[in-house]
Amino acid sequence: MLPELSAALAAKKISSAELTRQCLERVRSLDPELNAFITVDEEQALSAARRADDQLRKGEGGPLTGIPVAFKDIYCTRGLRTTCGSRMLENYTSPYDAHVVERFERAGSVLLGKCNMDEFAMGSSNESSHFGPVKNPWDKRRVPGGSSGGSAAAVAARMAPAATGTDTGGSTRQPAAFSGVCGLRPTYGLVSRYGLVAFASSLDQAGPMAKSAADLALLLEVMAGHDARDSTSVERPAERYSQALALELKGLRIGLPKEYFGEGLDAGVRTAVEAAMKWFGAQGARVVPIELPLTRLAVPVYYVIAPAEASSNLSRFDGVRYGHRAREYADLLDMYCRTRAEGFGAEVKRRILVGTYVLSHGYYDAYYLQAQKVRRLISLELQEAFKKVDLICGPTAPTTAFEIGAKSEDPVQMYLGDIFTIPAPLAGMPALSIPCGFDGKGLPVGLQLTGPHFSEARLLGAAHRYQQATDWHLRVPKETPL
Amino acid sequence: MSLTPDDVRRLARLARIAIRPEESAAVLEALNRVLGLIEEMRAVDTQGVAPMAHALDVVQRLRADEVTERDQRAAYQSVAPAVEDGLYLVPKVVE
Repeated sequence: MLPELSAALAAKKISSAELTRQCLERVRSLDPELNAFITVDEEQALSAARRADDQLRKGEGGPLTGIPVAFKDIYCTRGLRTTCGSRMLENYTSPYDAHVVERFERAGSVLLGKCNMDEFAMGSSNESSHFGPVKNPWDKRRVPGGSSGGSAAAVAARMAPAATGTDTGGSTRQPAAFSGVCGLRPTYGLVSRYGLVAFASSLDQAGPMAKSAADLALLLEVMAGHDARDSTSVERPAERYSQALALELKGLRIGLPKEYFGEGLDAGVRTAVEAAMKWFGAQGARVVPIELPLTRLAVPVYYVIAPAEASSNLSRFDGVRYGHRAREYADLLDMYCRTRAEGFGAEVKRRILVGTYVLSHGYYDAYYLQAQKVRRLISLELQEAFKKVDLICGPTAPTTAFEIGAKSEDPVQMYLGDIFTIPAPLAGMPALSIPCGFDGKGLPVGLQLTGPHFSEARLLGAAHRYQQATDWHLRVPKETPL
Repeated sequence: MSLTPDDVRRLARLARIAIRPEESAAVLEALNRVLGLIEEMRAVDTQGVAPMAHALDVVQRLRADEVTERDQRAAYQSVAPAVEDGLYLVPKVVE
């Protein structure tokens, strides 16, 4: 866990260079098979570690000084290529760092490497990556979830003590659930998206992934904060999430939506989540049954809005200013069409085409505008619910990790698995996933906590209290033993 | 409603994505499945509901109309597929 690592670094029991070398060795031995990283630069990582050690020697470090952090390959990093999991950006090195990358650098963290992901963050299994699927450390025949699948697998297999992800419709939480780690999606606007490759701008948020809620709190302290370069970044006083973890559970009202426990929920997931609810009840929390009937519309609404915004955002990839350009073409239009046909994979093309359709003349009102209206209804339903409860709990995903290839033929089957993670982003609300047990196959189950805007401290506090009493988050995947 | 092969050709042109003839049947089928999924939200009564374009109730922040960026043309063009004399090169569009 990060607080212990941080204390060991401060007490000179271990140096950042040693810690970084341990991580790199683990990457070298495990990652040829897991495929969690797209790019690792050992020299850069070790020199950053030595700089951190200098800082620590002078007693200048903060809680994350010298800690290796893996970044989803959607964060632009100067000096290390940023592929976004796509052939389009296979050879792209950004001329600037993302805001979050700068913040970690200023905190003295070590950039360990760039993690594999679904292409342009579009996917829930990490199978759409141009760089091949990531394997789940709990069962290498299975997916780690997505789109931040590489980040989740890197933390699960103990190749990195912490990672960053992004979450548009569940991409920090669902891979965290499938891989047995913790993932947080902050309130929209809490973390600057400057330097993140854009997918769906009204939904995209950056979030931390780690082994415990206490670790997420430390990471979020570094990531959160106003940045004038992101027009959606909010200005509000900084919170010390790591100092607010001792949440009083007595009297805490936890809403349990009926719709989250219906048909299609795996028995193993249900059992684990219900046991967690029982634990919260035993601590004096009031578990309140609630209804969120619009939940069924979340997936359809999301798969209009996200592709619409993606089709607009990804129009920048035209083979002119950066990224792939087709080698042969007849004229400018042909150059665009071939460049994009070659540079994008099947799922990305599919979403661009869907987005183009729902925004096109004659269909805009019926699809895109309608989706924005239903989005408001879903958002209002959640806001109403939070007048009666402090948190909403449920499973992060209806199933545990599925086998590689099991859903790749049918996009709709893949999309339906996002049902529990999509409502929070539609409403701009924060949510996190923590491990809460295992199913009959020995695969991790994720518990999702959702809260109203800017309730990160409450979410992290509730999760932390649970983790003080349970050890699910401490389990190490048997296929990647320490 | 479902799309026709002509619709897919039109969308592909609008989206500037070349689709090979042998791919088009699979693309059409996948798009129709996705449209089938999103169909459900079209029937919802949304009369009087304002579209939600932003997740938070905030107004767009504006900055002063001042130059804040420094010239980084060389850095930005260093990642371009083709440049010459500080210009991006594209195939000829005007004869």
